[in-house]
Amino acid sequence: MTKKITLKINGTEHTMEVEPRMLLVHAIRENASLTGTHIGCDTSSCGACTILIDGKSAKSCTILAVQADGKEIATVEGLATAEGLHPIQEGFHLNHALHCGFCTPGMMMRAIELLDKNPNPTEEEIRWGIAGNLCRCTGYNNIVSAIQWTSAKMQGKELPSTEPKFV
Amino acid sequence: MIPESFAYSAPTTLDEALALLQEHGDEAKILAGGHSLIPMMKLRFASPTHLIDINNIPGLSYVKEEDGYLKIGAMTKEVEVEESDIIHNKYQIFIDATKLIADPQVRNFGTLGGNLAHGDAANDHPAVMIALGAEIEITGQEGKRTVGIDDFFHGFYTTAVDEGEVLTEIRIPAASGNYGSAYHKAERKVGDYATAGVAAMVQIDDQGRCTRAGIGLTNVSPLPLRAKRSEEVLIGSDLSESVIEQAAQYASEDCSPSEDLRGNEEYKRHLVKVITKRMLKKAISRAK
Repeated sequence: MTKKITLKINGTEHTMEVEPRMLLVHAIRENASLTGTHIGCDTSSCGACTILIDGKSAKSCTILAVQADGKEIATVEGLATAEGLHPIQEGFHLNHALHCGFCTPGMMMRAIELLDKNPNPTEEEIRWGIAGNLCRCTGYNNIVSAIQWTSAKMQGKELPSTEPKFV
Repeated sequence: MIPESFAYSAPTTLDEALALLQEHGDEAKILAGGHSLIPMMKLRFASPTHLIDINNIPGLSYVKEEDGYLKIGAMTKEVEVEESDIIHNKYQIFIDATKLIADPQVRNFGTLGGNLAHGDAANDHPAVMIALGAEIEITGQEGKRTVGIDDFFHGFYTTAVDEGEVLTEIRIPAASGNYGSAYHKAERKVGDYATAGVAAMVQIDDQGRCTRAGIGLTNVSPLPLRAKRSEEVLIGSDLSESVIEQAAQYASEDCSPSEDLRGNEEYKRHLVKVITKRMLKKAISRAK
């Protein structure tokens, strides 16, 4: 038995017939053809599939598509606008916060909710805040810097240096 | 990984959910946060033929003090507990515990009721509930009943919640007087199950005597464990260094950890002793 559901992804409604067992990440990638959301571990450990559901960061490999019926979903594709990059994208870019880029969409979507709830997080709060997202390239330091930079940018504060730091 | 096929219902009242449970029997499973159940279904450890999603039923999510109890609705999400003012002011044990449960995305969905109803001794809330002396409200078509936490866990993935029933509320005797609580688990990495975890609660009178104490242990026994001898030595004592030492020693002796990838038995008993001492001291300092 399939079910007809409507997902509002980045402001656009996508109506689809899905089996109840279809995972949300597959509905987004395959039915809505938005492949910016990645599948990493497929066991809710790595966070590569992180999206926002009604503003809350979620691991879309562990949620059924039918559970998201009628909900507002935000994915990495919705971040940049005609005016330019979203501050979190700019932050990741300028702070060298990605190497291979596989974790980046999930990392940024998670950082958006983190900064939404706590606009001025400490380094420790950032590290706890991204505890559900694994990155195997950067060693996290530049990701933390990127989130600190974005926090400053979004609050109109003086921007920290984006010079590479050697630790 | 994709689960086996199942039918899905999303009732909007508890009565509808109970009727569906009655109709489908043990082939049906309740879907709360889903962050334990869906991974098990993906791995095909669980293959219910009917999922009853109770996320659309209003009124099951709250944290409030009422009638001498802290009441937590079964569908209250970990993040809602983490952000509750009542919890921050009086029940810091939940702040300790939720921070160590999985990760922020999972805590956006995982529920307290689900954590308990899953019946996994490796979960963190069971030990917390044991330390705090919780009662669990279970609702079926015949009405509501209440089960004390010591009678709630029956075995691996089995609890007092029978076929056709739903866990609806968690009740904890409200904090009063000089009351303090704390939780910590040793874990290998974020999101891991506890190598060992200890929940502690104490209440102290104005003369410095311990009037109530609770100690719950995570993942060092087949069932979530109450450290009874530890509690007995604490209650009525002055909570001196030697009493705390004795309580921690009893906890380490009375658990029955099994060797696994997280460590051998001796190491886990050692952890129980060290963490019991630390959590008692933390609870005592919070009570003062």
